[in-house]
Amino acid sequence: MQLSSVKKNNTRLNRNKFLPYLFIAPNMLLFLTFMIIPIIFTFTMSFTKWTLIGTPEFNGISNYVKLLSDKQFLAAMLNTVYYTLATVPTTLALGLIGAIALNRNMPLRGALRGIFYIPTVVSLVATGLIWQWILSTDYGVLNYVLEAVGIGEQQWLTSNALSMPSVILATIWVRCGYCMVIYLGGLQGISQDYYEAAEIDGAGDMKKFKYITWPLLRSTTVFLTVMSIIYGFMGFDLFYTMTGGGPGFSSTVMVHYIYKQAFQVGEMGYASAGGVVLFLIIFILTLLQMKGDDQQ
Amino acid sequence: MIKKEVLKDRIAFILLLLAAMVTLFPLFWMLSTALKPSEDLFAKVPILFPSNPQWSNFAEIFSMAPFARYFLNSGIVATVSVLLTVFINLLAGYTFAKYRFRGRKVLFLIVLSTLMIPMQIIMVPNFIILSKLGWLNSYAGLIIPRAAEAFGLFLSKQFMDEIPYELIEAARIDGESEFKIFVKIILPNCKPLIAILSIFTFMWRWNDFLWPLITTSDKDMYTVQLGLASFVGQFYVEWNSLMAISLLAIIPVLIVFLMFQKLIVQGIVTTGIKG
Repeated sequence: MQLSSVKKNNTRLNRNKFLPYLFIAPNMLLFLTFMIIPIIFTFTMSFTKWTLIGTPEFNGISNYVKLLSDKQFLAAMLNTVYYTLATVPTTLALGLIGAIALNRNMPLRGALRGIFYIPTVVSLVATGLIWQWILSTDYGVLNYVLEAVGIGEQQWLTSNALSMPSVILATIWVRCGYCMVIYLGGLQGISQDYYEAAEIDGAGDMKKFKYITWPLLRSTTVFLTVMSIIYGFMGFDLFYTMTGGGPGFSSTVMVHYIYKQAFQVGEMGYASAGGVVLFLIIFILTLLQMKGDDQQ
Repeated sequence: MIKKEVLKDRIAFILLLLAAMVTLFPLFWMLSTALKPSEDLFAKVPILFPSNPQWSNFAEIFSMAPFARYFLNSGIVATVSVLLTVFINLLAGYTFAKYRFRGRKVLFLIVLSTLMIPMQIIMVPNFIILSKLGWLNSYAGLIIPRAAEAFGLFLSKQFMDEIPYELIEAARIDGESEFKIFVKIILPNCKPLIAILSIFTFMWRWNDFLWPLITTSDKDMYTVQLGLASFVGQFYVEWNSLMAISLLAIIPVLIVFLMFQKLIVQGIVTTGIKG
């Protein structure tokens, strides 16, 4: 039935050969202009010196050489790695624990799941402001609590040591719900039969987790890890609103540094080289994810 | 045995209630701060519930910065983006699913391969392209470049693959034009797809920060997020005003989320969309 329809389609469509192209044209045109060309453009620009005034000058790989010796860029890379390493395991672990708990019998399940997801839909600019207020040194509510329990006031956003942890804290608040919802979807895909069989064998909760839940959630974990690492490497909004990258360069991450080079210093070629580095990181991560999927 | 499981359920429930309170606290604190009179902000012991809620704080911020204009801009950008994104992605998704034409597979693969490429990587060239087009500081620049998304096209094609050919054939026999078939037959059969794509597009465009930041410098074209971010840096603003405007800025998305919570969560689980 379907085959004959396809055939019929073909004969009919031979008469309007251009129609499909017309239908995809708006999409393809935008896609070409604002995705494909910019990707190519990022690569070509990265081999030039260009400050928007005049024409780009080819300068070979000197932007890349400069990146490798640019202490601020290397510091931004380290901050990005720090940010990613601190946020990915914590949000995944909290998300998994939350999902396992929520997968049990209880009232208000839907409402709880909704509450945990709310931070994900709040704009990052607003999130940044809320946390800036919570973490404020003199009148912030967190410092009040820390003072009350005897830990004492901390210079959250205004010290080199704590500016990164401040943004990390806000990020954990933002991302846990996302990880939890994805893990919950994964958990609900696991057949109850496995657990019943394990119970007959007398397996406890830890054993069930180790031998059933964790292995069967592997592809979910791989997916979440890759998505969260990419999220970490693309971090910008929270840094921009909470710390502005400071104090000094203590919380400047890669995207923020590229942004500053392009739109504050005006070094378009140099900023593009930074963009290419990010592109390669994403590319490798995507390949890893695909490899993880294949093994499944 | 059964009793033990029930006990565990209860413990899980209590732990989750505590976690929910921690999750909601920043939002509660935002509301509480927004309603405080200025002197409450600097109380030695933080005041959880303002004794004398100042609802006028919400009105005052509109006289401190042109937030009415920013809300209008964000509203226009988010709404038009939804219409444009849904229309062009569904039309293209339908074409990729139901027509056979030369280059079909290659084109779709090219689009798909960019699914993971975030805006951050291509912000510099996009800024230059927009300036050449004269689209900086314009609705066109805020809306059009973001309309063709690999995600939207991918989702649309997947959905359209499931629509039976018989539906299209029947309309063809009735002599309908191909475009009319799309509008009158296909679109009404795609309500779940249209819903999910509209909801996500609205939330993404409303919350978008980096794109408006690089393409907009004229204050008249600021979106809410941009206005919010620049409001902080400009001059000394008290936290009750800042929390009041932050709260207003997140309300449209919160309403959409609360209305379509189930659909959104399902959409995220089945498609694994970025949050």
